[in-house]
Amino acid sequence: VRASGFALRFLRQRLGLAAAGVLVLVGVGAVVGESLWRYDYADISSDLYLSPSAAHPLGTDNGGHDVLAQVLRGVQRSLTIAVLVAVLSTLLGVAVGATAGYFGGAVDSVLMRMTDLILTVPTIVVLVVVAGSVQKRSGSWALLALLLASLSWARKARLVRASFRTLRERQFVEAARAAGAGAGRIICRHLLPSAAAPVSVAATLTVATAVLAETSLAYLGLGPPPPDTSLGQLVQAGQDSATTHPWLFYFPALAIVVIVLSVNLVGEALRRAFDPTDVPISPD
Amino acid sequence: MRRFIVRRVAWNAALLLLSSFLVFVLVAASGDPLATLRTQPDVPQELVDRRAEELGLDRPIVARYGQWLTAAVRGDFGRRVVEETSVRTLLWQRLQVTLRMVTAALVAGVVLSMIVGALGAMRPYSVLDQLVGAGGLVLLSLPVFWLAALLKEAVIALGGLTGRRLLPTLNQSEPGFTGGLLARWADYAEHLVLPTLTLSLLLVASWSRYVRASMIEESTQDYVRTARAKGAGPARILFRHLLPNALAPVSSIIALDVAAVFGGAVIVERVFNWQGMGQLLIEGVRDVDVNVVSAWLVVTATIIVSLNVVADVVAARLDPRIRLG
Repeated sequence: VRASGFALRFLRQRLGLAAAGVLVLVGVGAVVGESLWRYDYADISSDLYLSPSAAHPLGTDNGGHDVLAQVLRGVQRSLTIAVLVAVLSTLLGVAVGATAGYFGGAVDSVLMRMTDLILTVPTIVVLVVVAGSVQKRSGSWALLALLLASLSWARKARLVRASFRTLRERQFVEAARAAGAGAGRIICRHLLPSAAAPVSVAATLTVATAVLAETSLAYLGLGPPPPDTSLGQLVQAGQDSATTHPWLFYFPALAIVVIVLSVNLVGEALRRAFDPTDVPISPD
Repeated sequence: MRRFIVRRVAWNAALLLLSSFLVFVLVAASGDPLATLRTQPDVPQELVDRRAEELGLDRPIVARYGQWLTAAVRGDFGRRVVEETSVRTLLWQRLQVTLRMVTAALVAGVVLSMIVGALGAMRPYSVLDQLVGAGGLVLLSLPVFWLAALLKEAVIALGGLTGRRLLPTLNQSEPGFTGGLLARWADYAEHLVLPTLTLSLLLVASWSRYVRASMIEESTQDYVRTARAKGAGPARILFRHLLPNALAPVSSIIALDVAAVFGGAVIVERVFNWQGMGQLLIEGVRDVDVNVVSAWLVVTATIIVSLNVVADVVAARLDPRIRLG
């Protein structure tokens, strides 16, 4: 896939472009909005459970926090975690898949058995066990991202390996080898570019699954501890008052849906740009 | 075929062993199961020491795993840290509850995604196809527990409007239910509706895309044209030729997603207050109970890897081009 043609075909996908615009808007808006908005996410006041009004556009919660300030903070936290997970898990998946696919043999067997292990153990048990002890000890969101990344590289590794296995016997690889290129050069210069398109789609979609995974963890009580917050944490906290104080439950969830849907649309547009058939790619 | 199955089963047993060891170590290292007991002022030190010895806390983790494993192979999963009930009995009760939900969701998911995917593949890019695709993408963008809570709230709100309870929104069966076998099954079914709907909506949103893509791909193949030229009707082409070949690649994706369904069930059980395996897992982690968490893993992972082997065999049966090696 030639890079310029790929970019052109992506630019032709209007819905995907719009979604990318929404994402940038939400991300930048959350950072800028937080510094401009008159309330801080950690501010406590005696105005408990206020309905949305001009002073508090999204209302306040049981601690008198301004929900808009909290959502702005939550968007930043969730997006940072998700992007970090996507980058780390893609690097890991590409490294494992490339090594297994290029070298084959025993290396391939060992690495692919590891991949099987990740794919067959229900990730939720590892997440719940480790996130519980991580949270008890330090409560760091970066560790949470590391944990999610270490569990979501397997399908990307399979993707890269499959593409490498079909390519490594081709003549251009043989020619490069005959010209004296080492394994590292052949992998990076000749093989990786051909796998780049599906991997970039999977990486994009990982952002979406990571936001949702963070939400599930927060629901099980394993989100970032207060006063810090994430979108999952906010929806979780608003759950019990969904009927009495609906703004606590619906506004943060709306932010999640907007982010995840946009990421999914961008991923879909990227996939269409290099593959006109409708075969989905699963991220992790 | 038989050699393939034997090899896969052997490899999966090794996988199970490895994952049970990893999870055992993770749980054992995550804290002290007697932490609350130690902080209680009126508990004598001897009692704490005796419990610590019973749980083997004074011995290295690997030795504890060895002891757990030798018992587990014989089907003895030990006792819980709290209440000291048998983990095996408890797990068996909870498994029945969770399997009801998971099985119903998987069956509904497979059947509906085949129908939805086939409908889309018959007229690609028609209005219906595009609507289904867009709806699926929105569904896949919702957090599981939020979708579950949303359905729950919607049923409660509708019930408030009509003045009667439409569907139960809590528990896996009516507490204190008395009645015959049929009435009990009806009660189970009623409680199953919302949790199953939550899980299967997400499954259909994902799987129907694969079914659709696979069927569009297959329908361009020569054998379909040949069948049509020989006078096969649309129904015969669909059921006899297209579906079996199109489902072969989908079946492996479905099997891989079973792990995610068990994960989703943990969340859904919590939203609908089911006393199933998911609750047990959460409690086990909370109590730093290696016996509960390891048994949970062994049972769940066994189900998952078995289904994966079944899926490979099914795929080979459906599509003669696939060779099991």
